[in-house]
Amino acid sequence: MHSEPLNDRNVSEQSPYFYVDIETYPTTSWDKFKQVVKRTFKGELFVGLWVVMREMIKFDIHTVQYPKEKLPIGPRYRAVHKLLRLWESGYERCIGCGLCEKICISDCIRMDTKIDENSRKEVTEYSINLGRCIFCGYCAEVCPELAIVHGQRYENGSEQRAHFVIKDDMLTPLDWLTSGQQAEFPGFGAITPNESVTKTPLAY
Amino acid sequence: MDMAFIIETIAKIVVILLVFSALAGLGTYFERKVLAFMQRRLGPMHVGPFGLLQVAADGIKLFTKEDIIPQNVVKPIFKIAPVITAATAFMAAAAIPFWPEFTAFGYKVHPIVADINVGILYVLGIMAIGLYGPLLGGMASANKFSLISAARSAAVFISYEVISGLSLLAPLMMVGSLSLIDINNYQAGGIGNWIVWSQPVAFILFWIAAFAETGRTPFHLIANDHEIIDGFGTEYSGMRWGLFFIGEYANMFFISFVIAIIFLGGFGDGSIAGAFQLLLKVSFFFFFFLWTRAAWPDVRPDQLMWLCWKVLMPLAVVNIVITGLVMMF
Repeated sequence: MHSEPLNDRNVSEQSPYFYVDIETYPTTSWDKFKQVVKRTFKGELFVGLWVVMREMIKFDIHTVQYPKEKLPIGPRYRAVHKLLRLWESGYERCIGCGLCEKICISDCIRMDTKIDENSRKEVTEYSINLGRCIFCGYCAEVCPELAIVHGQRYENGSEQRAHFVIKDDMLTPLDWLTSGQQAEFPGFGAITPNESVTKTPLAY
Repeated sequence: MDMAFIIETIAKIVVILLVFSALAGLGTYFERKVLAFMQRRLGPMHVGPFGLLQVAADGIKLFTKEDIIPQNVVKPIFKIAPVITAATAFMAAAAIPFWPEFTAFGYKVHPIVADINVGILYVLGIMAIGLYGPLLGGMASANKFSLISAARSAAVFISYEVISGLSLLAPLMMVGSLSLIDINNYQAGGIGNWIVWSQPVAFILFWIAAFAETGRTPFHLIANDHEIIDGFGTEYSGMRWGLFFIGEYANMFFISFVIAIIFLGGFGDGSIAGAFQLLLKVSFFFFFFLWTRAAWPDVRPDQLMWLCWKVLMPLAVVNIVITGLVMMF
């Protein structure tokens, strides 16, 4: 259904809005009495009884037994962050630019970098304070390398929140990468992992 | 009084206590399941098969919880109030015939603790004393919600005592006895002899009053969660709260027995089939308590009083007058 007719909030012939039919409240005692008699013998109470009994007989249970069954979540769900690896080489995608640290509006990302022996910038520490994170997704949006993304891991029960934001936990494990389990997210420069992805020659 | 009688009575008391305490626990399970199914939920599922052991889990929780006596409460009264509720609920069971008499191992068993000749008067009287549980508990709790609940329970119970008493008067005039066994035997001729056919108004009135006496949903304002937390039970914890709970559920079972025996023929002629029919009737009335809880909204306290004094009581009186006139002429 299109939403255009709903945009006109004025009640008219064309609009789908209408006034709810509410009877005027009785003022005199006689009117009140008539209302009581009407409501008593109209059988509305039995309508209520029938409705719940019908639902019981239909047994159309809507419960999701959560730990055993889980609802599918949207592909753009913003749960605990993940750090991805390059398909071709297995290196970390993060280039330590610090944009996510800069854009984070709740100021919860902290990273330490250094220049390693290959003259690549290496991220030594990367942490997200999940107690502060509001899961706005700016860090994932600003990342030029699609290195930090929001994952689908929403079950955050633990003794300490810090357990979820150890860099090694967020980073895709190497064996997951080789077995092709790293989920790719569409975005600028996103790749489709297949045979054409080869190791980037670094040594010229 | 011979020894056999004393032993038999004690055995019956113990059996009734155990069976109905267990039934009160099971009643919570059925209530949760029925309400859940009516609301498209599953209810308790995790403890035991289909959540059946939830009762045990709740029991362990209630028994092992700390019994908190808050500051500023009137301690002796606060402590005794739940006992009054549970005790009066079970005392009322003494005059209720749960089953026709039967012979086991050559010994004739009367499944009623005391067949006193004022049976139904005794049951109603003891249930009226049950008022002191919520009343004293609420007043002793030093909590404004409990106090409101105490005031409401006093008003509701006393008002609906009138309805249950007056509505029962008409059938009792026809039967001519207050003993529940006599009332049952009056209807022993089968379904056509049930008092509900000759006294439908009294049946409906007593049924409505039963909802008020047990504090079940259309008249649940004594412990209405969304207005006054748990009412008189707000300050209670552990097994003291559990006693209130057992009392409420036991009351539901006993009042179901009373309705079934007085109006729906009870156990009929005393055969096995009649006995099972009694259980079916009682289960229906118990189920109806749960059914209305899922379907109907609560009424306001003033509406409850209005209904009692301006509608139900005149109806009950008119019913008595008409019954009397019919019996006279």
